[in-house]
Amino acid sequence: MAANKKIEFSEETLALCHKLIKRYPEGKHKSALIPILHLAQAEFDGWLSPEVMEYVASILKIQAIEAFEVASFYSMFNLKPVGKCHLEICRTSSCWLMGAEDVVRHLEKRLGIKEGETTPDGMFTIKTVECLGSCGTAPMMQVGADYYENLTLEKVDQLLDRMKASGKRKSYTDVAETRPL
Amino acid sequence: MGKKLLLEHDHVPGINSYSVYREKGGYASVEKALKTMTPESLVEEVKKSGLRGRGGAGFPTGLKWSFLAKPPGVERYLVCNADESEPGTFKDRYLMERIPHLLVEGMITSSFALGAKSSYIYIRGEYFYVAKILEKAIEEAYANGWLGKNILGTDFSHDCYVQIGAGAYICGEETALLESLEGKRGNPRIKPPFPAVAGLWGCPTVVNNVETIAAVVPIVNQGGEAYAQIGIGKSTGTKLISASGHINKPGVYELELGLPVEEFIYSEAYCGGIRGGRKLKAVVAGGSSVPILPAELILKTAKGEPRLMSYESLGDGGFITGTMLGSGGFIVMDDTTSIVKNLYTFSRFYHHESCGQCSPCREGTGWMEKILHKILDGHGTLADVDLLWDIQSKIEGKTICPLGEAAAWPVAAAIRHFRSEFEDYVKNPGNIQDVKHYYRLNNLQPA
Ligand SMILES: Cc1cc2nc3c(=O)[nH]c(=O)nc-3n(C[C@H](O)[C@H](O)[C@H](O)COP(=O)(O)O)c2cc1C
Ligand code: FES
Repeated sequence: MAANKKIEFSEETLALCHKLIKRYPEGKHKSALIPILHLAQAEFDGWLSPEVMEYVASILKIQAIEAFEVASFYSMFNLKPVGKCHLEICRTSSCWLMGAEDVVRHLEKRLGIKEGETTPDGMFTIKTVECLGSCGTAPMMQVGADYYENLTLEKVDQLLDRMKASGKRKSYTDVAETRPL
Repeated sequence: MGKKLLLEHDHVPGINSYSVYREKGGYASVEKALKTMTPESLVEEVKKSGLRGRGGAGFPTGLKWSFLAKPPGVERYLVCNADESEPGTFKDRYLMERIPHLLVEGMITSSFALGAKSSYIYIRGEYFYVAKILEKAIEEAYANGWLGKNILGTDFSHDCYVQIGAGAYICGEETALLESLEGKRGNPRIKPPFPAVAGLWGCPTVVNNVETIAAVVPIVNQGGEAYAQIGIGKSTGTKLISASGHINKPGVYELELGLPVEEFIYSEAYCGGIRGGRKLKAVVAGGSSVPILPAELILKTAKGEPRLMSYESLGDGGFITGTMLGSGGFIVMDDTTSIVKNLYTFSRFYHHESCGQCSPCREGTGWMEKILHKILDGHGTLADVDLLWDIQSKIEGKTICPLGEAAAWPVAAAIRHFRSEFEDYVKNPGNIQDVKHYYRLNNLQPA
């Protein structure tokens, strides 16, 4: 993010925030914190900087520390910058049984980075995560909102090529209109 | 194939849309409930059905509903637990993705029984795309008069919302879920008070699993007694099982409770047998938290009776020779599997997911992970195996919520049933290197 870029939601997102707040009884607007942190992470380069958390807190009229307290608890919130494509590979039992370690090793080799690191061009970060509810279609990885299941090494290669060619950031909130069942 | 109550139409094209769902008889339970029943009679039907919570603990749903406090002038809430983070479990995702209206319908009918004006579906953050599917279904339900003010011209008004989480297994625990829904860290609350008395924003609240709420729909449609005829003994109805691991046909299966485990694993209608024709080694039958059982004990009880997919039969033998139905996360392992390594993935999971409030859980899960790592690395000793046993025995019953137990039980069961494998890792570390624990990705033959 450019240092001088002002931290402010687009009008559309701000309207969505106010809509979210209305889902709760009067005075219970803090319940909108997690949904709004998701919107903030998606809008401000895939992570929650202290300034972004302060901004979110100001929308909800809560203390900045309350936003930080929550953001630091949940694994989907990044408190440090991550690559545009955050490759989250499930490492738990069923995925491990079906070869998740091979997927991670393959990604590490192809991208020349270790788990937890980001490629120098800022395109990819590798992260291992816990069960994502895709155990019957293991091994799997999540990138943004998308679940990639029944992975093979060829499939992983194709995905990387596609993501690299698009060059776009993938956020949790970018849900494709239709997902083939 | 057995009876299907929830997934009867899961393969009908367009069943995720309102029109097709309605054509297939959708929303009939709302009509029946609002027009012909009272909240009390609906709770009675659910009691009669014998339905037990599908989130893991198996608590009778009707009884839970009857505990809901009803102080005058205080809001009551229904909260659906769609956090689904127990390793091996993916049935709620399947149900919500395929037939979102079934959950929405169940939310409305159940809320009528509980007198809840608002309800929330708390869904794990990673299921963002599923949340969108649910939101669309809710929109359609509003547009067709099933949600909103004076539904079907009655006094009953209801609003239903989807609330997104952000990645935390602990938020599946009902009080942690409520904390999270209030916009806080997911730290479980000390009970009592139970949510039925003081839940969401201090108001009386019922928290139920997705599948439990969906099951209310056929119960209302057919009547509680008819539902109770399905299944076996006190395990009434059908259950969604998430089957994964070394089987030919992983996936979500709806089965009538009481189906023999052997049939479930080997029949073509379900798991289709062990991949590559290999031998079955062990099964984790109800999600990562329940005790693992070796092949002989999952197929037959210690008494030699066929083991059935039911709360009672899986529990037969207690934790010495039995296990639990739990969330229905059925993980199958063939004879190439390292039980020690599998346990390591579980212990690492619980360490990662402990909220950190209680020392026995926060520290104990970390120690267990580290010791298992040491053993896997070939540096373990026999004393480490005893130490693991000792640590797990000191977590159970000493924490605010059952995550502690959930972390301890898998360790206890793995050592109980597979101690020789742990000892082999310790005595012959040279054998560990390069064990091929899993099928190679490009060559699905066992390595
Ligand atoms: C650590 C932990 C995680 C849990 N995760 C879930 C979950 O993901 N989904 C769920 O329905 N219940 C989960 N539960 C059980 C809930 O606390 C609660 O019992 C359940 O939602 C009640 O619904 P039911 O009666 O319909 O089963 C979990 C419990 C614990 C202790
Ligand atoms: S174990 Fe990987 S998605 Fe469940």
